[in-house]
Amino acid sequence: MRRARTIVTFLGRIEGLPIALVLVALYIVFILTAPRVFLGYRIYMSFLQTVPPVLVCALGLTFVITAGEIDLSFPAIVAASGFVFAWMFKTFDAPWAIWIGFVLALAVGALIGYINGWLIAKIGVPSIMATLAAQFFWYGVTILLAGGLQLDISGIRGSIPHSLFVGRLFDVVPVQALWGLALAAFLWFILNRHAFGEAILFIGDNPEVARVMGVNVEATRIKLFTMNGVIAAFAGLLLTMEINVFFPTQGQGFLLPALASVFIGGTSIAGGQGTIVGTFFGAYIIGSLEAGVVASRISGYWVQLVQGVVMAAVVILNIVIGEGRVARLSDRIRHWIMPARLSSAAELPRTDAQR
Amino acid sequence: MTENLAEQYALRMVNIEKYFGRVCALRNISLEVGRNEIVGLIGDNGAGKSTVVKILSGVFPPTSGELYVAGRKVDFNAYSVKRAHEYGIETVYQDKSLGEKQVLWRNFFIGRQVTNQLGFIDVRKEREIANEIMLNMIGFRGRGITVDSKVSKLSGGERQGIAIGRAMYFEAELIVLDEPTVALSLKEVGKVLNFVRQIKAGGKACIYISHNIQDVYEIADRFIILDRGEVVGNLLKGDITREDLDTFLLDYAHGLQDKEEA
Repeated sequence: MRRARTIVTFLGRIEGLPIALVLVALYIVFILTAPRVFLGYRIYMSFLQTVPPVLVCALGLTFVITAGEIDLSFPAIVAASGFVFAWMFKTFDAPWAIWIGFVLALAVGALIGYINGWLIAKIGVPSIMATLAAQFFWYGVTILLAGGLQLDISGIRGSIPHSLFVGRLFDVVPVQALWGLALAAFLWFILNRHAFGEAILFIGDNPEVARVMGVNVEATRIKLFTMNGVIAAFAGLLLTMEINVFFPTQGQGFLLPALASVFIGGTSIAGGQGTIVGTFFGAYIIGSLEAGVVASRISGYWVQLVQGVVMAAVVILNIVIGEGRVARLSDRIRHWIMPARLSSAAELPRTDAQR
Repeated sequence: MTENLAEQYALRMVNIEKYFGRVCALRNISLEVGRNEIVGLIGDNGAGKSTVVKILSGVFPPTSGELYVAGRKVDFNAYSVKRAHEYGIETVYQDKSLGEKQVLWRNFFIGRQVTNQLGFIDVRKEREIANEIMLNMIGFRGRGITVDSKVSKLSGGERQGIAIGRAMYFEAELIVLDEPTVALSLKEVGKVLNFVRQIKAGGKACIYISHNIQDVYEIADRFIILDRGEVVGNLLKGDITREDLDTFLLDYAHGLQDKEEA
């Protein structure tokens, strides 16, 4: 009994494990409801192709939310970065223009993020307002510059950057999935093992504590939003290159799925605590739901409803099995099963006091 | 900073003034703290105690005036919390010294992590040192609390102990305690006072800020009394009994009330 509890507690400590299990459970359900689709590898390859841009946005957003802030402007950055890249290629139509366009797109993301950070850290504009304004403004600028038209860049197919970022490994696996995975791993180390990540954790926990302990809160916030701008621009590049076309509304559908990925992953909206692993699996859950529901031959009108139910269920699951709750829950269940047992009755108050 | 050994004061403030916009928070504050002295800083809410603390610990600069740390004049343009730490001034704030959702080992090193050149934290080393501080400096042996516990699991006295242990580890010359016993049970207050005695025994200086005259009288060598941004009393413990100190403070409060009514 005791050993079982230790195992449960240990498993509860593995970052993102519950959400990973939810993803597995979801795929099992889809295998049962739509075996023809979900027993083949194609559907998974298709997820690896479509999820990464949203995933990348959600990874950056995890940092922002951990710091107790919010960024609503990343969809505009996805559009602006795609435009800069496509425009460079269209205008100069040369291999070097792809690389320059790539770097310029990231720079534009950094600039927009820096301006966000500056408004928030130096002027004191609440991040929700600053980035909401930025979303409208930069989306507006992009539409204006693009003249509302899309840019076809199918000419980049076969170029080195194209195969490097959105090619197919062994002609099957979309490379952008590996970039998403690599970025997640890198950002995990930044958040959990780097002084910058620790500053983010403490600022999200309590900015005053961070300040009196010598963290430069303003500079860290500016760096945070700048970094998020670059990450969103990278997402825009992956998207634009994958579909070989820039269209002005690209990224506009990313806002809610990316936010949902972060929250169902288990990052707390209160700040001070965030999980990159959770966001990673969260993004794949969000990205798999629609296809799964449709393939299960339920009417397409059900998609949103099912998404809502899954999101709510996962968030509730996160709260129920949060810090230390696993042990309490198993105590509680034992208490329900054999309430007369002295041992379980004695254990209840002890675990409560440990909290 | 090279130390001036002839200097008898750990810290000296000369004519410090602080305005927030047009509101005067501190006026002509001059005070000093000896190298191995515990100074009780007493004053009502809004007397300016926290403002004094924030200036000397580098959170913000004063509007005018001078600050000397171990005899060296502080350049406020280059002064910061980090610099104050380098000068050996550590501050323990009543409720904002620790990140509540963070594990203890992170709390020991926030703001001055053990990192490699790329800024990545040496977690193993930090946990090792944190464990060492907890066992040997503040004696947290066997209470179910480890370096991986979150601060939210600790009692109020334990939190003060962690913050004081952190200050001692980083070899503070002057430890500032801002209301360390607020909202603590008597037993926890006793623990905190013992931590403060260890500061004195270690030959270091301390500024102890409190509302509670009983605590301050028990622990301090000297009392500095602030009222509405000014120093109104500077008394050695030997020169005043606790009853007289009480009377002094009460009279002051009443005297000011009379002035207001007039």
